[in-house]
Amino acid sequence: MEPLVPGQVRVDRLRRRMITVQIIGAGVIVALAMAPYVFEPAVTSQWIKLFYLITLATAWNLLAGFAGMVSVGQQAYIGLGAYGVFVFNDLGLDPYSSALVASVAIGVIAFALSFVAFRLRGGYFAIGTWVIAEAVRQIVIRFDSLGAGRGRGIEDYTADPVMRNLFTYWLALGILTATLIGSLFLLRSCMGVALQSIRDNELAARALGVDVSRAKRIVFVLAAVMAALAGSVICLQQIGVQSPSQIFSVSFSAFMIFMVLIGGIGTLEGPILGAIIYYVMDLWFSQMGLWYLVVLGVLAIAVTLFLPQGIWGALRARFDITLFPVGHRVVAVPHPAAPAPAAPAVRAPDPQNDTTAASATTEG
Amino acid sequence: MVIVNALVQGVLLGGLFAMAALGLSIAFGILRVVNLAHGEIMTVGAYLAAVALSTLGVSVWLSLLVVVPLLGVVGYWVQRLLLQRALSLGELAPLLVTFGIAIIIPNALIELFTTNKQAIPTGDLAVRSVQVAEGVRIGVLPLLTMLVAVLLIAGTQQFLARTRAGRYMRAAADDSETLRLMGVDHRRVYAYAMGLAFAIAALAGVFFGMRQGGVTPFDGQLLVLFAFEAVIIGGLGSLWGTLAGGIVLGVAQTLAGVVSPELPLLVGNLVFLAVLVLRPTGIVRSKVVV
Amino acid sequence: MTALLAAESVSAGYGDSRAVADLSFEVAPGEVLALVGANGAGKSTLLRVLAGAHRPSVGRVLLRGEDVTHVRDFERNRLGVCLVPEGRRLFPSLTVRENLEVGAGSRRDGRWTVDTVVDALPMLGDLLGRNASQLSGGQQQAVAIGRGLMSNPEVLLLDEVSLGLAPIVIDELYASLATVRGGGLGIVLVEQDLERTVAVADRLVCMLEGHAVLAGTPGELSRQAITDAYFGHEVASW
Repeated sequence: MEPLVPGQVRVDRLRRRMITVQIIGAGVIVALAMAPYVFEPAVTSQWIKLFYLITLATAWNLLAGFAGMVSVGQQAYIGLGAYGVFVFNDLGLDPYSSALVASVAIGVIAFALSFVAFRLRGGYFAIGTWVIAEAVRQIVIRFDSLGAGRGRGIEDYTADPVMRNLFTYWLALGILTATLIGSLFLLRSCMGVALQSIRDNELAARALGVDVSRAKRIVFVLAAVMAALAGSVICLQQIGVQSPSQIFSVSFSAFMIFMVLIGGIGTLEGPILGAIIYYVMDLWFSQMGLWYLVVLGVLAIAVTLFLPQGIWGALRARFDITLFPVGHRVVAVPHPAAPAPAAPAVRAPDPQNDTTAASATTEG
Repeated sequence: MVIVNALVQGVLLGGLFAMAALGLSIAFGILRVVNLAHGEIMTVGAYLAAVALSTLGVSVWLSLLVVVPLLGVVGYWVQRLLLQRALSLGELAPLLVTFGIAIIIPNALIELFTTNKQAIPTGDLAVRSVQVAEGVRIGVLPLLTMLVAVLLIAGTQQFLARTRAGRYMRAAADDSETLRLMGVDHRRVYAYAMGLAFAIAALAGVFFGMRQGGVTPFDGQLLVLFAFEAVIIGGLGSLWGTLAGGIVLGVAQTLAGVVSPELPLLVGNLVFLAVLVLRPTGIVRSKVVV
Repeated sequence: MTALLAAESVSAGYGDSRAVADLSFEVAPGEVLALVGANGAGKSTLLRVLAGAHRPSVGRVLLRGEDVTHVRDFERNRLGVCLVPEGRRLFPSLTVRENLEVGAGSRRDGRWTVDTVVDALPMLGDLLGRNASQLSGGQQQAVAIGRGLMSNPEVLLLDEVSLGLAPIVIDELYASLATVRGGGLGIVLVEQDLERTVAVADRLVCMLEGHAVLAGTPGELSRQAITDAYFGHEVASW
């Protein structure tokens, strides 16, 4: 292994990998966009659910996995996203534009709410977001025009069910694509490094001059916008909201947490994998009724305790694979005097492994 | 008079909230664990009392003798088997574990007992009241609840201040590693603290059930938020603060109820959020006792 | 006669870095053994290994001839080994008296009670009701030593007693230490202050980068040899 000598290293941001990912990603997206021309609407409408699940999982992972903010109140924005469709639809916009406009408005609301939520940290932040979600639901059901406590349907909607399904499919795919690309670029930016330093040690990050609350606030707002978009997709697919307590249900947080934990918290790939696993489990086991949620809860606890890096994390640790070039590696530059073949990259120590090692020694 | 009556009822309701908050406060003060399943533990306590009544015909008061210690033991083992491991994994893990429990319990309760309310009748205790002034009546049960809440808080305070186990708990909250060097296994201390928190939660849950005439699987979600709001309004770490926080929340809810029966929960939440923004340290500013 | 406490070829570290390498020594009852060495020589890690707070990767720790390597820290305290940790580590929300009482957590029979500890460490006398967070550094160190004594240990492990304290306070603490000794109490002392160490210790072990490079009584070892060992000069040639 080439020793790392100061002045003779460069930081590899995995640019080549990024280009590969862009090409493959573009191909996958185009293929998915064309899918409705190949498959029956019954099939593609199933995929809509998968798309918004991945969006939700990615958003929650940004919050908890990258910025260290465990929220159990993302259902506030899911619900607002769904109800936002009604609000702007009633003002005359078509339902799809309503979804997009609503998400911007909800971003503004989330920005304001962040000043409340950020008064709390850690576990109390979690429960505080839950209170906010409850308060939002209780305010929404005060409006008779939004169906009060009963839920309501979208009034002005594309009549043709095939077109409706197609547009919703494309919207869901577009949202998913935007979420993934947005997260990838966010994490590759300086902000990504700042965020992870906050998650690992907020005090140290502050001391190093990271603007902690700004970085957290940006993530908080982005995650809210993503959840809102997912909520509006749910609303569009169901042509309305069945009941406010369903769209504002804390179970959404349970699903998000489950997907992210199973897949692997703190990686971009993990939530995608977790969402697929959850989606498949949902197809098979949802007839179990609520026992299904009990099983999810048990699995989430088991994964937290015994596989804290999730399935993707475990695979990555064993086979050293990544799909998305989020990290960076410090690579030795060949010495000018003695040109050596380019050294293999030296991976920065994995913070997760380090903490487990440290805790193992103190615990033992 | 309506307002005065609402104020009185609100203060008494605050006793229940304070009792609910006490266990949460203990768990956070000593273990730094925010137990998202706290409300569900209360619900389980109430369910056990309801089941004891419906299947064995045991009165609520008698069932407390079993339910409270039983959940104390459950808390001890939940801490030893699940949360202790989670604590060693970092800050997120305990939260995720307690959230997992908070998802498991209500759904299991629905599957086992349906969504119907499980009755916890208390004879005429729930309706008996004393007239203290024109238009102001004090219910016997709310008064009793307040009394028990005050006694519990005072008792917990004395326990932490004066007993050896209480000293260990405060020491473990300060520095668990050094406590081990003094020959005390901090994991057992933590487990006893969590057992205490669960036992008090169960007691609070039964009182809640008595007040409502029964318990449903959805109550835990409400209760954890009430308890949490009381803790935060009262100021973190202060046991008497939770009583103040509970009373503020109770008064806010009952006053809002005078305006419209749909408003109490919303106004309670809004008061909490307002307190959060305006006074992040809560209402009672006192030295951290726990 | 078996030693009170013995380390047998102990190695220990954190992750890949090795703080203590193949180190052996013994402490006899009533003896003060000083571990001398620069920062990072592995002294604190060694004390933590002896106290059971850190598991050695190789080697054994023997207490009265019995293998206690795998006995955990809180159980080892009950067997009579007590560490007074670096940085004092008092319980800040407890009073001084309460700190002492927590120290008696796994109390064994012996001479130390709150009263006898105050006799030995007179500066604690007026402080018993005070909160531990309100004490000066020297007072904190006295409480930490007193708290360690409360379990009536057979071996007291003292880490960096004088770190960050004023000389006059250190003098007072070391004067107290002289009264604490005796009754067969073995002491392992980690100290950066060479002068004091040489004055108080029955035997010295000099550590350098995890290794024991020099051992003997203060009488046997020349000052120069100790200084060289401390700084890592040509010890082999000595």
